[in-house]
Amino acid sequence: MTPSKVRVKKKILSHKLVPKHELLSVEEAAKVLKEYNVKPYQLPHISVNDPVVRLLNGHPGNIIRITRKSPTAGESVVYRIVVAY
Amino acid sequence: MLRFEDYVIDGIKFGIISPDEARKLSRVALVTDKLYDEELPVRGGPRDPHMGAIEPGERCPVCGNPPSTCPGHFGHIELAAPVIHVGFVSIINDLLKSTCRSCGRILLPQDEIKRDLELYRKLRVKWPRLAKDLVKNVIQKAAKTPKCPHCGEQQYKIILDKPYKFYEERPEGRIFLTPHEVRQRLEMIPDEHAELLGLDPEHARPEWMVLTVLLVPPLPVRTPISLETGIRSEDDLTHILVTIIRANNDLKNIIMSGAPQSIVEERWNVLQYNVSILFDNELPGVPVARHRNLRPLKGIVQRLKGKEGRFRGNLSGKRVNYSARTVISPDPLISINEVGVPEEIAKTLTIAENVTPFNIEKLRKRILNGPNKWPGANYVIRDDGRKIDLRFFKDRKALAESLRPGYIVERHLEDGDIVLFNRQPSLHRMSMMAHIVRVFPGKTFRLNLLVCPPYNADFDGDEMNLHALRLPEAIAEAYELMLVEKHILSPRYGGPIIGGGQDYVSGAYLLTSKTTLLTRDDVEFILSVTGYHGELPEPAIIKPNEYWTGKQIISLFLPKEFNFQGKAKINSGKLECADPDCFYDSYIVIKNGELLEGVFDKKAVGAQQSENIIHHMIKEYGESFAREFFDNVFKMFIRMLELKGFTMTLSDVEIPPEARERVEQVIKETYERVDKLIQQYQEGVLEPIPGRTIEETLELKIIQVLNEGRERAGKEAIEYLDPFNNVFIMARTGARGSDVNITNMAVMLGQQVVRGKRITRGYRGRTLAHFKKGDLSPESRGFVKNNFRTGLDPLETFFHAAAGREGLVDTAVKTSQSGYMQRRLINALMDLRVTYDGTVRDSEGNIVQFSYGEDLVDPMKSMHGKSVDIDRIIEKYREV
Repeated sequence: MTPSKVRVKKKILSHKLVPKHELLSVEEAAKVLKEYNVKPYQLPHISVNDPVVRLLNGHPGNIIRITRKSPTAGESVVYRIVVAY
Repeated sequence: MLRFEDYVIDGIKFGIISPDEARKLSRVALVTDKLYDEELPVRGGPRDPHMGAIEPGERCPVCGNPPSTCPGHFGHIELAAPVIHVGFVSIINDLLKSTCRSCGRILLPQDEIKRDLELYRKLRVKWPRLAKDLVKNVIQKAAKTPKCPHCGEQQYKIILDKPYKFYEERPEGRIFLTPHEVRQRLEMIPDEHAELLGLDPEHARPEWMVLTVLLVPPLPVRTPISLETGIRSEDDLTHILVTIIRANNDLKNIIMSGAPQSIVEERWNVLQYNVSILFDNELPGVPVARHRNLRPLKGIVQRLKGKEGRFRGNLSGKRVNYSARTVISPDPLISINEVGVPEEIAKTLTIAENVTPFNIEKLRKRILNGPNKWPGANYVIRDDGRKIDLRFFKDRKALAESLRPGYIVERHLEDGDIVLFNRQPSLHRMSMMAHIVRVFPGKTFRLNLLVCPPYNADFDGDEMNLHALRLPEAIAEAYELMLVEKHILSPRYGGPIIGGGQDYVSGAYLLTSKTTLLTRDDVEFILSVTGYHGELPEPAIIKPNEYWTGKQIISLFLPKEFNFQGKAKINSGKLECADPDCFYDSYIVIKNGELLEGVFDKKAVGAQQSENIIHHMIKEYGESFAREFFDNVFKMFIRMLELKGFTMTLSDVEIPPEARERVEQVIKETYERVDKLIQQYQEGVLEPIPGRTIEETLELKIIQVLNEGRERAGKEAIEYLDPFNNVFIMARTGARGSDVNITNMAVMLGQQVVRGKRITRGYRGRTLAHFKKGDLSPESRGFVKNNFRTGLDPLETFFHAAAGREGLVDTAVKTSQSGYMQRRLINALMDLRVTYDGTVRDSEGNIVQFSYGEDLVDPMKSMHGKSVDIDRIIEKYREV
C-alpha cells in the first residue's frame, strides 16, 4: 500500500459519518448466511467500487459487516454482499 | 391427461401474428358483409356461428360446447390488398428509414452491423434497457446515411403522413408508397438486420406489420345484445367488420375489373381506413367513425384504454357482490363496535347459513318470514344443490317443514352478524374495520361518533361501503383482526386513534370541572345512559343538600387500582401548573381508580392523543375494557351537555370596553411603528438585513411588526374573557377553535397574506384604485384591523377573500400531491413484510432490514414509539 493510499484510508475510515466496516472470513460469512437463512444475493448489495470496500480489499462475493449507531436501537449490525457493479 | 396445474409459466412471448398463423387460428373465412338471412346468421358473414356459440341453447359447430363453455374462435378476412397495421406505423417508419430501399439491409457498413449485433445480443441478456438504446442509436445513424453501403443505391427521404400513409421524397416529387410497396421493402430486410433493429424475426417479421390477412375477433368478444323489443343490436366491432368486408369486396371487384390505378387507390384507402378504425377509432387526422345515432364507435384501443377501459375499469378495479353503500349518520348510543344497517339493506344482503340441528328452528322461522319481512331469508339451497328463490316460492310453510341439516339458507343480515365497513379514500388499515350489525329503520348507515377519526368521516353527506362476510374463515378473521376495538391503537404512532371530538370534549370538561355539582336527579340522569348497576358513592357535599362531583361519577368507571398523573390540555398560559398541586385543576391525578384532581379535556378524551389516560388504560386493561369505557363514559359526556346545555352567542366574542381601548392602543402603536419604518426607508437610513434588499427588509420588518401587534392585541383581549365563556371553553379544552380563531372573532384579523407576502398585486404600484401608487401603509397592503364581530369594511373584505382563496387552492393542491406521493410509496413498499425472524424482506426473500426498525419495536404495541415507558411503570406502582 502506497503511503498516499494509507493516508486516504485513514481519512475515510476515521470520518465520523462512515460506520465501521469489516470484511468477514469465509466461515463467518457462512454463519451469517445460515443465521438469516438466505442466499448471498438476498443480502443488501454494496459495490466493489465503494471506497470503503476498496480499502478493505473486498471482492465480489465477500460479505461485509457494517456496525452503525442507530437512533432507535443504539447500535445496529447489517451485512452486505459485495457485488461487481 | 396433463392438467394445467402441471405446467409452470416460464415466460410470456409477445409477437406479431403472421398471415399463416392467422389462417391457422381461423375457423372461418369471412367473405360477405351480410349478418342475417331471415333471422339466421349467414355463413361466411361477421356473425358466422363458427366463431363461437353465443345464443342460449346454441351449440358451437367448432368445439361442440354450449355458450357457457365455448371460448369462441377466430375468423379471418383475406384482404384484397395489404393494409398497414396502425399500431405499428412508427416502427415501420423507423424500419423504412434505416434500411436500403433496394436491398433491404441496414444502411450501415457490414462490419459495423456485425459489431453492433454482437453487442446487442450481449446487452439483451443483461441490460435490456441499454439494448433498446443501442437499437435507437443504430436507427438514428442508419437513417442519416444517403447511400446504401451494401449496394450503393441512392436513398430518399421517407415521410410519414399520419396516421398511416408513407411517401418517398424523390427528385421527381413526392411519391406515395402503397402498403404493397411498403410490405415488399420490409420483406427484404434480412433476419439478422431485423434483429439489430429491435425485432425478434422468428416471432415478428417486419412484413407482418402490414396486414394481408385480418384476424377477426371471436363472437364472445363482440356479442350482440337483444333488447326487450326483440330488436338485436350488434356490437361496435361487428359494425366495423361489416364495413371492412364491404370495402374489401369493393376493392376486390375494382381490381378484377381492371379499373385505373387512381380508383383502385381510392378504394384501397377506404379499406385501410376501416381496418385502422377497427384497432383505434381515435386516430388523429382521420374522421371518427360513428354509429347511426352519431355515437363514436368503439375500436379495440377504446376498449382497453382509460379509466373505464379493461385495465383500469375491469382488472385493477373490480366490483364485488354482497356489498352496500349509503349515506352515514351519527348514533352516539350504539357501541363503537357496531354499525346501524337500514332494514332495506339487511333484506338484500344475505348470509349463507348451513342448516344444523342447532339452528334449524331459527332458520325455519326465517324461511316462514320470507324475503320481504325482516328477519327472513331470500334463498334456500337444498342438499341436491337446487336453489329455491323464496320470492317465487309459494308454500314456505312446507319448505320450512322439509328443512333438514345439509340445506343452506341464505338468510337476511341480522343483529350480531359481522360486516366490513369502509370509507374511501382507504389510506390506512383503519379505513376498513369490522363492525357488528344492528338493524335499524331508516335509510342510512349509523355509526358511533368515536369512530369518525379513523375513517375521517363526518356527516355532511359522506357515504360508506359495507361488505357482508359469508365464509366462517372470513368471519373469524374479522372478529379477531378487524373489529374496531382491535384498532383503537394506531400502528402509525403508537397511540389511540379513536376518541371524542367537539361535544365530547366540552362535555367531559363540564362534567369534570371543579364547579360542577350534581344533584341526585342529575346523577341518575347522567348514569342512566350507561346502564350502571351499583351503589352511588357518598356525596361530596351532604348538607344542606346532597351533591356529587363529576369526578366522582367518572371514578365509578375507572379500574380500582388505576393510577395516573399528567397535565391536561388546559395546562398552559394562565392556567399553567407544573405539579399535581394545581390551583386551576389543570393537572390530572388519578389514584386507585379515583379521579382526585384535574379536568378531562382533549388530552384525556380526544382522538389521536398519545400517552393519555385512555392509552394507558388500553395497555393495562385491554381493548375490550377500553371499548366499554368508550361506550359508557363517553355517552355520559354527551348527557352532561344535554343537562347543562351548551352553545355560543355573540356576546361570547364581545370584549369589554377597556379591552377594546387596549386593542386600539396596540393598533395605534403598531401603525406608528410601521410609519416609522416606512419613514426610515424613505430617508434611506433603514439598515438592510444581510442578504436582502432594502425593500425586502422593509417588508419583512413591517410583517413582523404587524404580526406582533395582532398577537399582542389578541393576547391582551383574551385575558379579559370570562373563563366560563362558551367559546373560550371550547378553545381552551381543545373541543373546537383556537386562540387565533377567538382573536379573529373578537379582536382583529390582522395581516392578510398571499404567497407569504403582504398583498401587493392588483393595479400598477397599488393593490386597489383607492390607494396612491407606492403606498406601503398597512391598510393598503391587506391589513385588517376589524374583527368578525364588528365586521370588515369593503376593502378588508376583498383582502380577506384573496387570502382565503389561497388557502382553498393550497389544500386542494396539497391533498392531490400528498395522495399521489402516498400511492407511489405504497406501490414501492407493498410487498415488504416482517418475517418471523424479525427481518424485513420483500416477496423474493431479499433482506431489506436485518431487524425491523433496528429495534424490533411494533409501534402499535409501543408507547408512542418507545419500547418501554419507565416513567409509566414507576407511576403505576407509586403509592399502591
